[in-house]
Amino acid sequence: MSRIEKRFQTLKAEGRAALVTFITAGDPDIGTCQKILDRLPAAGVDLIELGMPFTDPMADGPSIQLAAQRALAAGATMTSTLDMVAAFRKTDTETPIVLMGYYNPIHTWGPERFAADAAQAGVDGLIIVDLPPEEANELVPHLRAVGLDFIVLTTPTTDDVRLPAVLANASGFVYYVSIAGVTGTASASESAIEDAVQRIRRHTNLPICVGFGIRTPAQAAGVARLAEGAVVGSAIVQTIADTIGTPATITAPLALVEELAAGVRAARR
Amino acid sequence: MLYWHPFTAQAHGKLMQSLNTYRAGPDERGHFGIFGGRYVAETLMPLILDVERSYAAAKADPAFQAEFRQLLAQYVGRPNPLYHAKRLTEAFGGAKIFLKREDLNHTGAHKINNCIGQILLARRMGKKRIIAETGAGQHGVATATVCALFGMDCVIYMGATDIERQQPNVYRMKLLGAEVRPVQSGAATLKDAMNDALRDWVTNVHDTYYLIGTVAGPHPYPAMVRDFQAVIGEEVRNQILAQEGRLPDSLVACIGGGSNAMGLFHPFLDEPDLRIIGVEAAGHGLDKAHAASLSGGRPGVLHGNRTYLLQDGDGQIAEAHSISAGLDYPGIGPEHAWLHESGRVEYVSVTDTEAVEAFQRCTRLEGIIPALESSHAIAYAGKIAGSLPADHLMVISLSGRGDKDVATIARALGDIHLGGLV
Repeated sequence: MSRIEKRFQTLKAEGRAALVTFITAGDPDIGTCQKILDRLPAAGVDLIELGMPFTDPMADGPSIQLAAQRALAAGATMTSTLDMVAAFRKTDTETPIVLMGYYNPIHTWGPERFAADAAQAGVDGLIIVDLPPEEANELVPHLRAVGLDFIVLTTPTTDDVRLPAVLANASGFVYYVSIAGVTGTASASESAIEDAVQRIRRHTNLPICVGFGIRTPAQAAGVARLAEGAVVGSAIVQTIADTIGTPATITAPLALVEELAAGVRAARR
Repeated sequence: MLYWHPFTAQAHGKLMQSLNTYRAGPDERGHFGIFGGRYVAETLMPLILDVERSYAAAKADPAFQAEFRQLLAQYVGRPNPLYHAKRLTEAFGGAKIFLKREDLNHTGAHKINNCIGQILLARRMGKKRIIAETGAGQHGVATATVCALFGMDCVIYMGATDIERQQPNVYRMKLLGAEVRPVQSGAATLKDAMNDALRDWVTNVHDTYYLIGTVAGPHPYPAMVRDFQAVIGEEVRNQILAQEGRLPDSLVACIGGGSNAMGLFHPFLDEPDLRIIGVEAAGHGLDKAHAASLSGGRPGVLHGNRTYLLQDGDGQIAEAHSISAGLDYPGIGPEHAWLHESGRVEYVSVTDTEAVEAFQRCTRLEGIIPALESSHAIAYAGKIAGSLPADHLMVISLSGRGDKDVATIARALGDIHLGGLV
């Protein structure tokens, strides 16, 4: 059983949803980011999304765009991102890590070799924003071959006709992008999220995590009542931006994560 | 079973039938060989598929085609001349030089051809809001123009660097009623403008049409923009047959994304004895900062398609450089990438300095101020024309006029006062 599957099984037994958090690998620098990453599980994160910095993050709002710029300026590479995961795995073999980013760095690395190297480092799955099902066949078989999950994105524009094709590739969990837009901007209403989650559930038995626009413990708790996971990214990344150069660069994001975790845990399903 | 397999099988079947032509692409999934495709966020995929369906229907609709042709004739001013440039011919000392005068189109460049086609499609799809990216501002002006003509809201994304060096076009767009949104990220040029346009589109997907200005982006844009621009090559074919009684021996066009080049080249791709040359921007030189994706890049995925990109060893996209804002982009249309690998088209490059020299030469000898983009094509023609016989017919795409570049040229030539004034 994969780490992701096991984690959602455990959470189901506990009767609660997952807190899924996003940070960009190497933001604000590799050493500081490693310290944040290593402490996320203790702060209450159930599943980690680690962003692979890219020069042209077309689906991201300003917070995550700037995080990628900081990471690249600090010397982050695909190699350093995998190294961060490998270092994390020395002390934590339970918490799933999903790499999230854009296709070109993987295309450059070579999809087959990247899948093998990511699995070796201790990665559990990939979310590739600009690789829709129409193009995913060049990556998915290589992920399957090494036991990595391909986590698909569904959106408000993915209708019932299209959903089966999108979900045909899915494993691990389904990421529902709750707004039409970029990260860290607008938020969907709980009723809209509820409708969408129910619609997706008619097409899959996989856990559903909801992201985009979730910033506060209350919002996370609201989503945690409707889906198997709540994803928070920009709000956490912004705490790093706001505290750069101070000791709070490590403590501020973790403090927010603890609040979010409390919110998710309070929202028993 | 993954659901796209049947498409792949169809694509293979089609490719097998059409190995004797360079004009059959793309396949059903938008691929030119390994290039092209639809690498976009899931939010956009349903809309991209809708654009594809709507364009296929429009393309087959005689009424759509008739309206397109009528606007090209009455509004754009087509056909524009194929001009025998006697003084350039004399100066180059060899091949007989013809200039395809896209600079004489309404708005001053080839960009309007595509904008007319796409605005008709946007109207057909019921869209009310148009967004576009622009580098030199020519596509922005052309988009703002058709939005004024059709009464649609228009938002243009333009890099802050480009806004600085293309002020006259920025003001033209504003006069035409468009909102010009400065883009500060990255090098604040065309690539960054495209990123922000995509972010807008994903946010306003329900009512917005993205009017892409070149033969790049997700399928169907590369094929659709090529189809609208192919009027350039179709006219050249008729005009040179009328004027010279035969087809040309060579075609030369500049390439950023590559829409004027593809428009000129495509109707001629299957002519066996015709030499076709695309000219990229070598900037300060291919070993320094440049914008020559084919000469100095390698295949990758950006902005919806697989194509040649300037990038580092880690797959991070490099900043392009060209004195010409319209060529200042680290990628190229996927069909060009395929024509490059298949060997049908020669891709070469010309530096900033060579382009500025050609700009002055054309201006002084012919009384025609060419766009800095088009000056790259003229510069390369000047390199090879002298070694060709006098009966060699060479057609250069004069893709746009150079009024917008006067301040840039003045700065490049050290005319500080003029640079400040214009």
